[in-house]
Amino acid sequence: MGAGHAHKLYRHGHSPVHALPPHTKLTAVFAFVVVVVSTPRTAVWAFALYAALLGTVAYAARVPASFLLKRLLIEIPFVAFAVLMPFVAQGERVDVLGVSLSVNGLWGAWNVLAKGTLGVAASVLLAATTELRELLLGLQRLRLPPLLVQIASFMIRYGDVITDEMRRMRIARESRGFEARGVRHWGVLAKSAGALFIRSYERGERVHLAMISRGYAGSMPVIDEVTASRAQWSYALALPCAALVVCLLGWFL
Amino acid sequence: MATDSVTPVPSLEVSGLAFAYPDGHQALFGVDFSLARGERVALLGPNGAGKTTLVLHLNGILTAGAGTVRVAGLPVGRQHMAEIRRRVGIVFQDPDDQLFMPSVREDVAFGPAAAGLKGAELEARVDRALTRVGMAEFKDRPPHHLSFGQRRRVAVATVLAMEPEILVLDEPSSNLDPASRRELADILRSLDVTVLMVTHDLPYALELCPRSLVLSEGVIAADGRTGELLADDDLMRAHRLELPFGFDPRSVSVGA
Amino acid sequence: MHVPDGFINAPVSAAAGVVAAGAVAVSLRGARRELDERTAPLAGLVAAFVFAAQMLNFPVAAGTSGHLLGGALAAILVGPFTGVLCLSVVLLMQGILFADGGLTALGVNITVMGVVTTVVGYAVFRALVKVLPKKRPSITVSAFVAALLSVPAAAAAFTLVYAVGGTTDVPIGQVLTAMVGVHLLIGIGEATITALTVGAVIAVRPDLVYGARGLTAPLKLRVNGELVDAPAAEPVPVAARSPRKLLLAGLVTSLLLAGFVSFYASANPDGLEKVAADKGIDAKAEDHAAADSPLADYGVQGITDSRLSGGLAGVIGVGVTVVAGTGVFWAVRRRRTGGTSPASTSDIPGNA
Repeated sequence: MGAGHAHKLYRHGHSPVHALPPHTKLTAVFAFVVVVVSTPRTAVWAFALYAALLGTVAYAARVPASFLLKRLLIEIPFVAFAVLMPFVAQGERVDVLGVSLSVNGLWGAWNVLAKGTLGVAASVLLAATTELRELLLGLQRLRLPPLLVQIASFMIRYGDVITDEMRRMRIARESRGFEARGVRHWGVLAKSAGALFIRSYERGERVHLAMISRGYAGSMPVIDEVTASRAQWSYALALPCAALVVCLLGWFL
Repeated sequence: MATDSVTPVPSLEVSGLAFAYPDGHQALFGVDFSLARGERVALLGPNGAGKTTLVLHLNGILTAGAGTVRVAGLPVGRQHMAEIRRRVGIVFQDPDDQLFMPSVREDVAFGPAAAGLKGAELEARVDRALTRVGMAEFKDRPPHHLSFGQRRRVAVATVLAMEPEILVLDEPSSNLDPASRRELADILRSLDVTVLMVTHDLPYALELCPRSLVLSEGVIAADGRTGELLADDDLMRAHRLELPFGFDPRSVSVGA
Repeated sequence: MHVPDGFINAPVSAAAGVVAAGAVAVSLRGARRELDERTAPLAGLVAAFVFAAQMLNFPVAAGTSGHLLGGALAAILVGPFTGVLCLSVVLLMQGILFADGGLTALGVNITVMGVVTTVVGYAVFRALVKVLPKKRPSITVSAFVAALLSVPAAAAAFTLVYAVGGTTDVPIGQVLTAMVGVHLLIGIGEATITALTVGAVIAVRPDLVYGARGLTAPLKLRVNGELVDAPAAEPVPVAARSPRKLLLAGLVTSLLLAGFVSFYASANPDGLEKVAADKGIDAKAEDHAAADSPLADYGVQGITDSRLSGGLAGVIGVGVTVVAGTGVFWAVRRRRTGGTSPASTSDIPGNA
């Protein structure tokens, strides 16, 4: 427990990307995604360039492709939706291998897939190179309201507690031959949820009492300042800036 | 009995304190006592007597349904909460609850930093507190890599770093091996703050605290010299307090 | 139900961002009254819980699965304002860490899954608690119904957003039927979990349930071994206060803003280019971007070519979300830190 530990998406390393201050990375990722989303969907090549940009970052961060690709699997539900689009969308239709598909739907599917995938990949890279605690510090530096940072840090602290308790309870359930397979089993899962809540809360409550006993009043005291130099900023922002160039080209060509 | 006219202001003054948990279970039924500045007092009582509940009232984590708590004259209440929390340092029973930062240094710095201390001043405060518990060389270690006894000492340091008026320890000797126990006792004796030690480790209470209070069924059942209380068999039996096998408080000489 | 990047067009994403920012700002103010220091970690726990629960997909029918949204649960456990904050934090962290829900779609996600579920859930819950007898089972029943209704409400809200700003023109009627239909089913799961969680918590720790405050027994004192009623303490200063006015004001503002921006967007078939062509907005947005954005150093400003600014507007259109959000947060922050000195922060949340 404690906020200092690495999360499972984090990949320990000492690359230049790891070393960047968290708030510069957050800004860069956010700006990058904004640029990607603003790109016209017809500029297919632009998305290839974006992917290449992310690839460069991944290389600099020494995040292997297999790691990145595995994390991209989170996207699968959207893929399912995107695949449906050409079939259900309206407008002009085109025959592909004897199946009538909507042109608009095809573009829509492409749009969601391309932009969604790039967004996911950017976030995955951020998470892979930034520790949770750093991430929170970064959000704090970016002036996210303290109450939100506080809730987020408690959430992360409790996250460990909950997953731990959840695992124990699942083991207990499964060792008695239970497996969730359908509507019939909702009751059991839901009852676990209630118990899980109480158990987690009581485990975390004592830590909090200790914290407020030492003057904790809602925001983590700043013990070490995080600052970013101009060079670090420009390094981090190279990504969205390059993307911006691609995006602008996409609008003109 | 609440006010003592000899000392100017008692460090801690509790009167008529009653408290029930929201689930209806009442734990305290009117607690009265007061501690003079610099005293070391043991709060004895069986499991479930309300000791921990009482402790949580001392710095306003729980607020009394009835009665008052004053720390160096300051009533515990919403308007002075920050000051109260600085003056009352609570060392919780489980050091793992107390230590939640990634390094010893950051953990000890937490309290003073929350009070607004920064930079060199903060660093000096951390060093001083760690030196007082003999843990200065562990400054940059993660707390969960220390031994239990070391963690308890760091926990004491986290509280000392706030320079409290009164130090409250909840079961300080639990889970300590004899050597760690003695080291902690030496540290506690060397401090010049008021100490309230909540425990059912009776020999430890006798060793460290000249005066004891017995909390039983949510009220203070006895208040007196530790040696005399422990020698009173009827009192001890009535409140489920038992001395370890072979231990005779009358045969121990205490150099307080 | 997490919306990825590129699913909803930029102007509507931006508008949703403004709504979300407004809702969060209002909630930040409101939460100060709901949260005291004991309940602050509870908000974190609720967030963690919702986070975990959203990853726990439960089987619905025919191979599809849904996940808990948690808005109603959060509102009942920690209060509506804090509930919105919890959900926002969950969605933000999911976006950053797990890439679940796009960062530019954060506004849409917070509005649909955070604000709508919380507000609908809490409104239904309060209404039911008022009507039903003041007993613990009523709380559980109300929680069930509130959670049940909050999910299709979110589905409907999503459909609405999609109707206004979907990047593909799937027939809206179909989307609505499918979304609400499936989510009614999911709602049953959500309701069961919410009711059982609230029920379990209320049985063991009623003090942790915001929606059930105010059930306490009188204190007793032990005087010479006898139990005597304690002198009546001042009444617990909770319940019965009305966040309604603030909530209403926030909602109206948000809706007005949303309405305005969406109308503007939908009135122009290709919103971005239109926005770009509009010199006034263009210049203004550039000013904003230049004011406190690191982009300022990178020679984006000073571009006079109209085609160029057309491209820029795409970025700026979405960027407005960020600027607006930051502005609102900043204002709230300022006001908060202005009122109290950092040394005596412990009791500003007060309970007054």
